[in-house]
Amino acid sequence: MRASAGPVAPAPGPVRRAVAGVWWYLRELSGEAQWDHYLERCDRDGVVPMTRREFERHRDDHREGSTQNRCC
Amino acid sequence: MSTSTTIRPPGGSGPEGPASRPGRSPKSIAVWVAVALVGATCWTVLALSRDESVSALWVLFAAISSYVIAYRFYSRFIAYQVLRLDDTRATPAERLHDGTDFELTDRRVLFGHHFAAIAGAGPLVGPVLAAQMGYLPGTIWIIVGVIIAGAVQDMLVLFFSMRRDGKSLGQMVREEIGVVGGVAALIAVFSIMIIILAVLALVVVNALAESPWGVFSIGLTIPIAFFMGFYLRYLRPGRVLEVTAVGFALLMLAIVGGGYVEAWGLANALTLSKETLTIMLVVYGFVASILPVWMLLTPRDYLSTFMKIGVILLLAVGLVLARPVLENEAVTSFATAGNGPVFAGKLFPFLFITIACGALSGFHALISSGTTPKMLAKESQVRMIGYGGMLMESFVAISALIAASVIDQGLYFAINAPAGVTGGTVDGAVAFVNGLGFSLTPDQLQAAADAVEEDLVSRTGGAPTLALGIALIFSEAFGGGATAFWYHFAIMFEALFILTAVDAGTRVGRFMLQDTIGNLWPRFADTRWKPAAWTASAAVVCCWGYMLYVGVTDPLGGINQLFPLFGIANQLLAAIALTLCVTLFLKHGWLRYVWVPAIPLVWDLVVTLTASYEKVFSSDPTIGYFAQADRYRTALDAGEVLAPATDVSQMDTVIFNSTVNGILQASFALLVIVIVANAAVIWARALRVGSLSTTEVPAVPSRIVAPSDFIATREEKAAVAAWEAEQAETVGSRR
Repeated sequence: MRASAGPVAPAPGPVRRAVAGVWWYLRELSGEAQWDHYLERCDRDGVVPMTRREFERHRDDHREGSTQNRCC
Repeated sequence: MSTSTTIRPPGGSGPEGPASRPGRSPKSIAVWVAVALVGATCWTVLALSRDESVSALWVLFAAISSYVIAYRFYSRFIAYQVLRLDDTRATPAERLHDGTDFELTDRRVLFGHHFAAIAGAGPLVGPVLAAQMGYLPGTIWIIVGVIIAGAVQDMLVLFFSMRRDGKSLGQMVREEIGVVGGVAALIAVFSIMIIILAVLALVVVNALAESPWGVFSIGLTIPIAFFMGFYLRYLRPGRVLEVTAVGFALLMLAIVGGGYVEAWGLANALTLSKETLTIMLVVYGFVASILPVWMLLTPRDYLSTFMKIGVILLLAVGLVLARPVLENEAVTSFATAGNGPVFAGKLFPFLFITIACGALSGFHALISSGTTPKMLAKESQVRMIGYGGMLMESFVAISALIAASVIDQGLYFAINAPAGVTGGTVDGAVAFVNGLGFSLTPDQLQAAADAVEEDLVSRTGGAPTLALGIALIFSEAFGGGATAFWYHFAIMFEALFILTAVDAGTRVGRFMLQDTIGNLWPRFADTRWKPAAWTASAAVVCCWGYMLYVGVTDPLGGINQLFPLFGIANQLLAAIALTLCVTLFLKHGWLRYVWVPAIPLVWDLVVTLTASYEKVFSSDPTIGYFAQADRYRTALDAGEVLAPATDVSQMDTVIFNSTVNGILQASFALLVIVIVANAAVIWARALRVGSLSTTEVPAVPSRIVAPSDFIATREEKAAVAAWEAEQAETVGSRR
């Protein structure tokens, strides 16, 4: 993520903005947006990105070695 | 260019708080006076209404206005006067950024993650059981408890862990209190987790036993999750939202399809006993914890997170649309007499341990230390995530209390009284409930059961009651009379995140066990080494599986035997967390504000140690575990069989289970006393000297700009925009 990379839309109406906001939130919360952030990072650093499949494999591998507790 | 980046706190907020915010404009004063008036009106109505119908909305709005005021004033006081959250200080995510564990996360997204991790079935089950004492005691405890204790604990632990690079609760206890306390905390955390998993699993077993519809739809979540997992792994990696939408649609089909199991001739095959379900759940728990996480755990977590957030929003909307009337009394006689059938004991202390999650939940300390603090972008966000996240969970608990209180009281007790007293039959339940003084006819009970197409007598555990309440509210709010669908929808909702908690908890327990044994045998700590992973998983599953079996086979009814153990264990964990907070306050020399964690700690210790004492030493066999064992032992020696046991082996089961529960109860309380005693030594030392050194990481200047609260102020937005422009320039010049 970039600190508060909120939905940036070219001045659309409030409904469009709300839908875009919800969509942005769902993509961020589900982690789907991680790929976009990775591409941005690669672009910024001038690195050739790996494929999406490789990238998601990498994330799966990381999850395998870590835990996320779910409370009662 | 990058070297000259200025360090700028957002919106001018420094240690003294966001000074530039227009906090005292006439408009804002008017708004806060209005909120206070709404709250005061709701509380007055709740306090004065007796023997008349009370709308659930009074409870709902009393809660919401209290939360809003507490958040605005108390959490702000803690944030800026007590903790002096400092946005010029870099968070662990900024300093140690590695793109995986330590990752800068948008505050609203992190709020979602944190909330999904802390809220589960706990805030749904406890209030439902506590409704036997009336709606008022539960309402007061949930709201006052969260404001003074629960949200404070979550916020403080999150703060202290953030200042220590996201160390876990156990690590902090060891380093800040001592080795004795640390070892005791490790044992306490592990065993409390086992009890929690067993009780959660028991809720699912009780909800699914003899329910082919439930078994069908919950069973299908496993292939649905597999499908999602394989889809994400091989077909379209990373497309989480589209596969979750498909998974959700399949889930709905699974619920609808459950209504046809009888027509399809599957009813018999899917009508499972509690014992069978226990074995299936244990096997499932083991398999789920050793399979690669992408196959089952991760995809099910997506489903469960979206269901959780979706249903909670739906429930809030449904309550406002349906405007149900509370059928429950404000305070029932069980609160003072202590002879309720759902759980034994008087209001003090047992109400306060029955409702743990939603008011004060020690388990949250495990989440507030560890994952969340590593993802914070700014220190000031501790307030909205720690305090705000817990307020949100409290709101879930209030909704659950309302759902349980809109059910006819006679019906409520028919569902929640153990089979030992109702005999498991409609006539037996009606006779028992009438004996308690509530009106209920066999026709009424049968009609309610027919409406949801489930047997309702003695469906203990809270889930069926909640599902019935939610079904009533939703079918009223959204019309259509699809009560049976909504009932099974609610069961699915609860079972889904209990199963997710069981998978995730088993894995966490496995990692803890591997880590601990790894101190003696380093290879065992390698979480990728199969033999170690498998044995540790098996050990964890056996522990909770055994406790689950104890609950399932208990002739006295597992929930009323095990739930107090669960509640006390959870609150004892809170005592450990708050002890750590008091210790750190004193070590930092913040004596002036030590009452912030000390008041909840003292209250929590009084409640839990009284409850533990009664559970261990009470001579009343319905309360004291050992008195209960004695009563059955004496009867057995005299050659008698005491109801609800029906034969000698059941008598033996009661004696054995009660003894096990009593020993566990006593050990938990002892562990906490050890930790508090160990901490008291440090407190005395810190008080003598004034302050002691702690493991707090030294301040490093922050270069990031991000808003603090849910809604960014105009100044914050401007500061973020200016900072982002500067960042872009920096990148441009670096290229």
